[in-house]
Amino acid sequence: MSQQVVRTRFRRGDGRVAYAYLAPALLVLAGLLGYPIYQLVLISLFDYGQEQVSGGAALEFLGLGNYRALLSDSQFWTVLAQTVGFAAVCVLGTLLVGTALAVLSTRVRTWARTLLFLAALGAWATPAVAGSTIWLFLFDANFGFVNEVLGTTGFSWTYDRWIAFGLVAAQVIWCSFPFVMVTLYAGIKAIPVEVVEAAALDGASTWRTARSVILPLLRPLLLIVTIQSIIWDFKVFTQIYVMTNGGGIAGRNLVLNVYAYQQAFAASQYGMGAAIGVVMTALLLLITFGYLRALRRTGEEL
Amino acid sequence: MRFVRFAVVAAVGAAVVAGCAPVQSGPASSGSDEKTGQLRVWLFDEVNRGPKEAVVKEAVEEFQAAHSGVTVDVQYVQVQTRAERFKAAFSDPKSAPDVAEFGNTDLAGYVAAGGFADISGEVSGWDEGADLLPAVLDTAKVDGKVYGLPWYVGVRALYYRTDVFAELGLTPPTTLAEIAPLARRVRAAKPDLLGISVGGKYTYGAMPFVWAKGGEIAEEEGGKHTAAIDSEQARQGVAAYTELLRDDICPPAQCAGNGGDASVEAFRAGKAAMTIGGDFNRKSVDESAAAGKYAVVPLPGETAGSIAPAFSGGNLLGVMSGTERKTLAVEFLKLLGGKQYQQKMFTAMGNLPTFADVQAEVAKNDPFEEPFIKTLSAGARFVPVTADWAEIDAQAVLPTMFQQVATGAQDVNTATTAAAEQMNAAFGS
Repeated sequence: MSQQVVRTRFRRGDGRVAYAYLAPALLVLAGLLGYPIYQLVLISLFDYGQEQVSGGAALEFLGLGNYRALLSDSQFWTVLAQTVGFAAVCVLGTLLVGTALAVLSTRVRTWARTLLFLAALGAWATPAVAGSTIWLFLFDANFGFVNEVLGTTGFSWTYDRWIAFGLVAAQVIWCSFPFVMVTLYAGIKAIPVEVVEAAALDGASTWRTARSVILPLLRPLLLIVTIQSIIWDFKVFTQIYVMTNGGGIAGRNLVLNVYAYQQAFAASQYGMGAAIGVVMTALLLLITFGYLRALRRTGEEL
Repeated sequence: MRFVRFAVVAAVGAAVVAGCAPVQSGPASSGSDEKTGQLRVWLFDEVNRGPKEAVVKEAVEEFQAAHSGVTVDVQYVQVQTRAERFKAAFSDPKSAPDVAEFGNTDLAGYVAAGGFADISGEVSGWDEGADLLPAVLDTAKVDGKVYGLPWYVGVRALYYRTDVFAELGLTPPTTLAEIAPLARRVRAAKPDLLGISVGGKYTYGAMPFVWAKGGEIAEEEGGKHTAAIDSEQARQGVAAYTELLRDDICPPAQCAGNGGDASVEAFRAGKAAMTIGGDFNRKSVDESAAAGKYAVVPLPGETAGSIAPAFSGGNLLGVMSGTERKTLAVEFLKLLGGKQYQQKMFTAMGNLPTFADVQAEVAKNDPFEEPFIKTLSAGARFVPVTADWAEIDAQAVLPTMFQQVATGAQDVNTATTAAAEQMNAAFGS
């Protein structure tokens, strides 16, 4: 009994010290993350436009009115479906290209690897707006290099809904695969040589080694790059905004972020914009948690 | 334990939410009216700003010479980012200018935001004010009050290639219905050319078709707007315009994404036989592949000899409501927006003046301006004067409607009905 009391007190004291150490980080988090999210949720409950911001009109509390209007808008659901599909393609593409090139760079000579890394870092370092614009130039209907090479001068790559989405997805993959590639390359290099050697001595084929030895060891890294990619690609804005000129013909290439900007922020409907922001945050959390749970169910330690 | 913590957080959160409201800046007016110091002016940047800057500099020097202890600081604002700049200025009067140039379509939204001062008295008490064209002055009014001095007007008319028309033995269209067959004939004879360069996002090029058919964007009754773009007449206009966005005139793959600038750009590049362009496009067309090979006529209306009502665009000069130097601001407005400097701005930039007498004089000396002035005097139209228009504009309701029809995704009835619903949602809020 007395022993237990002592242990409890001990643990509680420990907790206090831990909180004291965590306090600065928590304060920063609360300031940088908590307060904006609080403001976002708060604004989403009001009719908050430019007139209200600059004091030209009275504030009106709508409660969940903005959310109701949003969820009953059929365009929102179309855009949401497009966003999910587009992000899925981008994530898969990024992972495939990134992983393939990471494996490739462990198997080529130093000069080839250096070249590969320089190219990847170049793509990575290009600002999104500049990268999107350069891609647009390359794929320009009349003067573009790609049409010149293919002999399809006059063909518009941004007109058809799916071709336009495909082009933007390619650009997104181009600028986000280097992160996956570099991370996984480091991961593969960090695998002890003895482990691979042991597998070889046991008579495992290359394929078998990759599947049963390297892949499980890389899983924590893969997890991180996947979640990162999901979050990035779900929130893509610049590429769609620049390459499809603000969401494509008749808005058929809209994704959630661009939709929020056009419907809400450009139109000064900040309340509605905040509501879309809250919904997006909730969706991302849901997707990420769902992904983590699915992994845990397959027996992964997280 | 975890639940308790969550409940506490939720309760605190709810209390905070219930007790607070998002920030609002207070009423902007400062009340003071200083006669010295710095007067801050925002003007729009232009593709070729040199001549504008020279005229403005002259006005500033004249103003400073007449007012000792006053300096004028002119800043040039990008048109594309104007919305953000003005919103910031309205939210924080300290960073706002005293005088600003702005587009007349933005007026209603800016006034609702409390950004600009009512200058009805100043304009009506000004001797030059009596000569302002009433239709143009109307674009500076909200609920009968004047919030800006019209600095110049922008109207659009039909540009066509004289060499192409001569070669094919064609004459410019005399009715709206003639445009499509004419454009089709040109493209059939010369497949490299667009029959007429128009765009799915070119609202101000498209609206004359709707107005000519007797349609309206919206109707106002007792201060409340209702969309009218789904009326029978308006639908005919939408159909007439979108007929031009076909493969045999202006292929949608090439034209559906174009706005006004891109539409004129194709004409400039020598790739279109006709386009709808403004008086303000003249300088750039004169420096292009089409230079010396084009002429302009008013966009024809329904019957021969009539003119399709044009959109009366243009820019205003206004006094910000938060200014601490209102008297000085109004005096500078009257100088830069007065007859003398409007004349100078016309010479420098080709901006069409807003005073009846100055405009007439300009037309007399320059036959190029004639079709534009004719169009203007035949009766120009405007967008609905309501703060909600800014929202409808930002949400690209009308461009989306034209594009839906142009791409064949929706027929005219479906697209106009959807646009009307979206507009009514904005008007209702």
